Amino acid sequence: MGEICYKKRIYYKGKEKRENMRTDVHKINEQTPHQDLTEGLMMFAAGTSKEFNTGEWRTNTPVFIADLCKQCMLCAPVCPDSCIPVEDGKRGEFDLDHCKGCGICAKVCPFDAIVMKEGR
Amino acid sequence: MARKDRMSGNEAVAYAIKQINPDVMPAFPITPSTEIPQMVSNYIANGQMDTEFIPVESEHSSMSATIGAEAAGARSLTATSSAGLALMWEELLLAASNRMPCALALVNRTLSGPININCDHSDGMGARDTGWIQIYAESNQEVYDNFIQAYPIAEDPRVHLPIMICQDGFITSHAVMNIELLEDGEVKDFVGEYEPEEFLLNPGKPIAVGPYSVSNYAMEARKNQEEALERSKEVILEVAKKYEALSGRKYGLFEEYRTEDADYIMVIIGSAAGTAKQAVDDLREQGKKVGVIKLRVFRPFPADELAEALKNCKAVAIMDRTESYNGNGGPLGSEITAGLFRNKVMIEAVNYIYGLAGRDFTVTDVYDIFAELQDAIENGTKVEQFKYIGLRK
Repeated sequence: MGEICYKKRIYYKGKEKRENMRTDVHKINEQTPHQDLTEGLMMFAAGTSKEFNTGEWRTNTPVFIADLCKQCMLCAPVCPDSCIPVEDGKRGEFDLDHCKGCGICAKVCPFDAIVMKEGR
Repeated sequence: MARKDRMSGNEAVAYAIKQINPDVMPAFPITPSTEIPQMVSNYIANGQMDTEFIPVESEHSSMSATIGAEAAGARSLTATSSAGLALMWEELLLAASNRMPCALALVNRTLSGPININCDHSDGMGARDTGWIQIYAESNQEVYDNFIQAYPIAEDPRVHLPIMICQDGFITSHAVMNIELLEDGEVKDFVGEYEPEEFLLNPGKPIAVGPYSVSNYAMEARKNQEEALERSKEVILEVAKKYEALSGRKYGLFEEYRTEDADYIMVIIGSAAGTAKQAVDDLREQGKKVGVIKLRVFRPFPADELAEALKNCKAVAIMDRTESYNGNGGPLGSEITAGLFRNKVMIEAVNYIYGLAGRDFTVTDVYDIFAELQDAIENGTKVEQFKYIGLRK
């Protein structure tokens, strides 16, 4: 992810130098000077939204009650943030790093196996 | 070898597009630019070019699709006028901030209201701060030449910005003129194939274009975009030089016409420069030292170069073909005077508003303006700023 590929001219502090357009975006942070950012803030990597913990926004948290779950699989596909992992046909615990607490899963569950609790 | 033909400005642009044969053209009709997509569609239907034409439902969509195609890796363009450009407003800024080197053929028409279809520069000037390069033309020949130079400027790695090639609605877009065209092969060699370094449809090399940027990044991105626009000035001049070698026609940031010893200079954009040049020829015969500067490149704005070109004259008439409703004159008037002040060129500068919504601008108007400047300098007569030319009183 984000490996350095091919050559392109960029400008550094007014002087031309040969540089790679495809820079390692993981080395860019909030202290990076403007000359070292990518053109148009283009991202040279995929799947980087995983690194953005949207779970911090949550004000309500879903709680999974495994005993009541029949593994009907209605909840996983309706999650807008793909926060219900499914393995071998069975759902697992919520990915709370990314769950925003929207409550759609709790609404769709016919067995009351998901309840929303206040707070994070 | 070049060949001569007679063409309207719209035909000339459509012909340039045929010769460039770009990948994608989404467009929506609006007077007076409608003929451009119409003629391009004809060329496609006749098998003379293989551009993918997308008949979209609005100009909001045509600019969105142009940006989308460009991001995907296709050389793309659209054409519009007036309210069409206004409907693209949001996307114009995105094309520039996402650093998309797409092109737009703008046929200048006034913005409503009162509703009117004729020429002035209120559409292009309204989009002057969207981050696009803007190049204006005096004649059908110039708009053809400017269009051939568009992609080599926009796609240069030092630039990567969208470019607007502007011409005066009806005055050049519909009037027919004898022009010189390049051969297809010459255009192909000059413009080259589009080979973007990074694009969306590039398996194994994923990118994201236009991501959300928090405050810690947005200001830095804008600075980078502004620097690219500044750098485009040298690229515009380099491309013009190469184009001159190919066509024999010389272009710069602006054209200086009989200004070398001029006491009075008129700065003007677009087709009305032809009227001003005729008036200058007439006045020169009477021994008056007058000249014209025709501004070709409005963005990036050549403020220092204009100040240098004006520093030896006594007074300048700055001609705006738009009202900018700021109570302080037109955009050209504001920007040139700022450039003069910053360069400590303290000449008399008078801003005039002319030709709004297709109002005629004649050689007599130019005589009167030069006479007024001369009167101000020789007799100290006070001149009204941003005065309307040809207004019924």
